[in-house]
Amino acid sequence: MINQQLIISGVGGQGILFITRLLAETAIAAGMPVLTSETHGMAQRGGIVVSHLKVGEFTSPLVRPGQADGLLTLKAETVALHRHFLKPTGWIVANSVATAVAEAEHPVATVDADTIALAMDNPQAVNLIVIGRALSVPGRLFCTPDAVEATLRRKLAARPALLEGSLTAFRAGLGQ
Amino acid sequence: MKVLRVFSGGGGGLVDDKRILMQGNEAIARGIVENGARVATSYPGTPASEILSAVQQWQKAEGIPIFTEWGVNEKVALEIAYAASQSGLRATVAMKQVGLNVASDPLMSAAYLGVEGGFLVISADDPGPHSSQTEQDSRLLAMLAKIPVLDPDSPEQARELVGLGFELSEAFALPVMLRPTTRVCHACQDVTPRPVAELGRTAAFRKDPSRWAATPAFRYRLHVQLNDKLARIAAHEPTAPRRLNPTAVSRRAIVASGAAAAHAREVLAALGLRENLALYQVIQPYPLHTAFANDILAGFDEILVLEETMGVIELQLRDRHRVRGKLSGAVPEAGELLPELVERLIADFAGKPAPAAPLPAAAPARRPTLCPGCPHRASFYAIKRAAPHGIYPSDIGCYTLGLNLGGVDTVLCMGAAVSQAAGFYQAYRVTGQPVDIVATIGDSTFFHAGIPPLIDAVVQGARFVLVILDNATTAMTGNQPTPAHGTPAGRAVTIDGVVAGCGVRFCKSGDPIDLPGFTRLVKEAVDFARGEGVAVVIARSPCLVDRDRFRERRPQPSVDATCTGCRLCTSQFECPALVYDEETKRVSVDVMICSGCGVCLDVCPVKAIGTKP
Repeated sequence: MINQQLIISGVGGQGILFITRLLAETAIAAGMPVLTSETHGMAQRGGIVVSHLKVGEFTSPLVRPGQADGLLTLKAETVALHRHFLKPTGWIVANSVATAVAEAEHPVATVDADTIALAMDNPQAVNLIVIGRALSVPGRLFCTPDAVEATLRRKLAARPALLEGSLTAFRAGLGQ
Repeated sequence: MKVLRVFSGGGGGLVDDKRILMQGNEAIARGIVENGARVATSYPGTPASEILSAVQQWQKAEGIPIFTEWGVNEKVALEIAYAASQSGLRATVAMKQVGLNVASDPLMSAAYLGVEGGFLVISADDPGPHSSQTEQDSRLLAMLAKIPVLDPDSPEQARELVGLGFELSEAFALPVMLRPTTRVCHACQDVTPRPVAELGRTAAFRKDPSRWAATPAFRYRLHVQLNDKLARIAAHEPTAPRRLNPTAVSRRAIVASGAAAAHAREVLAALGLRENLALYQVIQPYPLHTAFANDILAGFDEILVLEETMGVIELQLRDRHRVRGKLSGAVPEAGELLPELVERLIADFAGKPAPAAPLPAAAPARRPTLCPGCPHRASFYAIKRAAPHGIYPSDIGCYTLGLNLGGVDTVLCMGAAVSQAAGFYQAYRVTGQPVDIVATIGDSTFFHAGIPPLIDAVVQGARFVLVILDNATTAMTGNQPTPAHGTPAGRAVTIDGVVAGCGVRFCKSGDPIDLPGFTRLVKEAVDFARGEGVAVVIARSPCLVDRDRFRERRPQPSVDATCTGCRLCTSQFECPALVYDEETKRVSVDVMICSGCGVCLDVCPVKAIGTKP
C-alpha cells in the first residue's frame, strides 16, 4: 500500500482546491483511500491557501510538520512558509524562476509556470503546469501522468475547450 | 441507481460506481438525502456553507422531493425547518457556530416541545478560529439546550451520524445536534453513496396546544419529561462510546471525540502505542453515557480527554482528579487541537519523549485582501474621503477586509454595524461632541440582522450614514442568494423598499466604481446625517467572483512614467494588482490579476494611471 503525504500551497485564486481534488480522485480511481484538508473563505481573497493530501492508510486529514513526502507550491514565497512540513527526505516542486528558491535541505524542482501560462494565454493554468512538473520525474508522486489525464478527462468531459487547455498545460509542465 | 455526480467545486467527483470523493459537508448533505429529509434550510457561514448547496445539487441531479432554502437568518431557518418536524417530516437546519447563537432562542424552546419527525440541527464549529468571531463549542450549547449532540471524526462518519441522529431524534422525540468542525466539513474522503430513502410520509400536524403552545406551567412538565429523555439517551446503545483498540491492556486511557479522535488514532499508531494505551472514541459527547462515565473512572488510573474546543466530555466526569484535559490545564484552552499537539500530549501521557517536530517559519503570511476590482474597495475609499475623521462601524462579510484600507473600526457580530452606529451617536451626543459616523453593512447581512436596529435608530432620532454594500450576493461564503434576488417560488424584496419602510428619509443609490460620483453621494449623505437623521447610501455594483454575472472585457489600466512613487494607491487604495517596485521606485499593474475596473485612474493624484485605447 502506497502511503504518501503532500502539502499543496499558494495563494487564493490559483486553483489549489482543483488540483488537490484532481489528485485525490486519481487516488480513488486507483483504489487507494484518501483524505484531504482544504482552506476556504478568506483564502480566496488573496490569502495563503494550504491543502493537505494523504493517500493510503490515514485517519487524520492533516499532515504533521516533518511528515510530508512532498511540497508543491504555486507561489515561490510559500516555500519558506511551508517547508517545515517536509520530512528530511522530502522534495519540493515550486512555481518559480530557477534561482529564486534556496535549496537548503530539500531538493527543489522549479518550473516558471507563470511565464508558461501567460504564453499560453491561460493564466489559470499555473496549477496544472506545476502538477505536470511534479510528475516529470517518474515515481515522485503516487500516480502516473496517464492516471491524472484520465481524471481530467472525466472531470471536464462536459467542457471540451477547458479540457483541451488543461491537458496542454499539464503536458507543458510534464515536459519541463 | 441513477448515476451520481458530486459537484465538488471543480466538476463531477464520480469515479467508479462505488467510492467517490466527498467533502465532509457533501457527506453530511448525502446523509440528509439518504435519510429521507423533506426540508433542509440554512444560512451561509464557514465552515457549514456547502451543506445546503450540496443538498440542492443532489436534489437537482436525482430529482429528490425536498424543500430547501437559504433563510434570511439562522433563527428563521431553524423555525421553518422545525415546522416540518412538527408535521411529522424529517427536517434539518445547518449553520456555523455563531449562527447557532442566533438560532438558540427557538432551539431552547424546541427542546422542551420535542419533535415528531426527526429534527437535526447542524452546527459547524471553527476551532482556531479560522474565520469566525469566536471558537465557541456548540456541544456546550447542546448541553444548555438539553439536547443530545453527535461529534463526527471524518466525512464518512459525519454521513453515518446524520442517519443515527435522525433515528435518535425520532426514538426520543427531541431535536438532535450534529457538530462537525472545519477538519470534518472541509476535509475530503472517499465515501460510497447509498440510495435515497423514500419514507412515504405526508405532512400531518396534529393539534396539541398544551404541548406546541405550552405555557409556563406546562413547560415545567415538559422539562421533567426532557430530563427523563436525557437519562435514557445516556443509556442508548447505538451512540455509546466505542473502544477502538480492544486488545490493548493498560491502566491509562485516552478518550477522544471529533477531529481530535481522528488525529489521536493516527498518532497513537505512529508512536507505536496502539497496544499500550486504551483509546475510546465518544460520538455522543452530551449526554455522556452513564455506564461509560462510571466504567472509565473505575477501570483506569489516568485518563486523557482530547476534544474541541471546550472540556464538555471532561466536565461530565464527576471525579476529575485523575483526568487530564482542557479543564485540568493539560490541553491548551484556546486554539485548534492540531495533530502535532495531539502527538505531544499523547507522548507525554505515555511517559515517552515527544518526537521533535520542525517549527513553522517566522515569515509573515500574506494577509487576505479584497479582490482586485472589488467595488467595496472603492466604497471604502470614497467613505474615507467623505468623512475622514469619522467612526466606521462595520459588519461581517467580504467588506470586513475594508480593515486594510482603514475603513473598518468595529466588527462585533451580524447586524451590529447599525446598532453600534446608533450607539456611538448617542454616546457622543450625551457628552456634547459632534462626530461623523459612517457604518457599512453588506446586503445579505442587512437582511439578516440590520433591519431591527435601523428601525430603532430612526425611532430614537440617531444620526449617521449607513452604506449598504449591495453586490447582489452573499460573497464571502460562496455567493449564495439574498432576499433581493428572489427565488423561483417567491418574489424579491428590495433593499430600497425596506429602508423606506424603516422610516429613513434619505436613501439614494450609486455605483462605487464611479468613484468621483459616489464620493459626492456619500458627502451628501454625511451632510444630511449631520443636520437631520439617518442617511442610507446603497452602493450598487456586482461581485466579481459571482460566476452568474456577465463579465465584459475592459481596457487594461497601466501606470506611465509620470508616476512619482508617492504610494497613495498602494497604501490608501490597497489594490493587490498595484505593485510598488523598490528598485524603480514606481508602481506598476500586475496584469495577471488586474480586473480592469479602472477605479485607480481616479485615485492617482497625478493621473499617472490610464488605459490604452
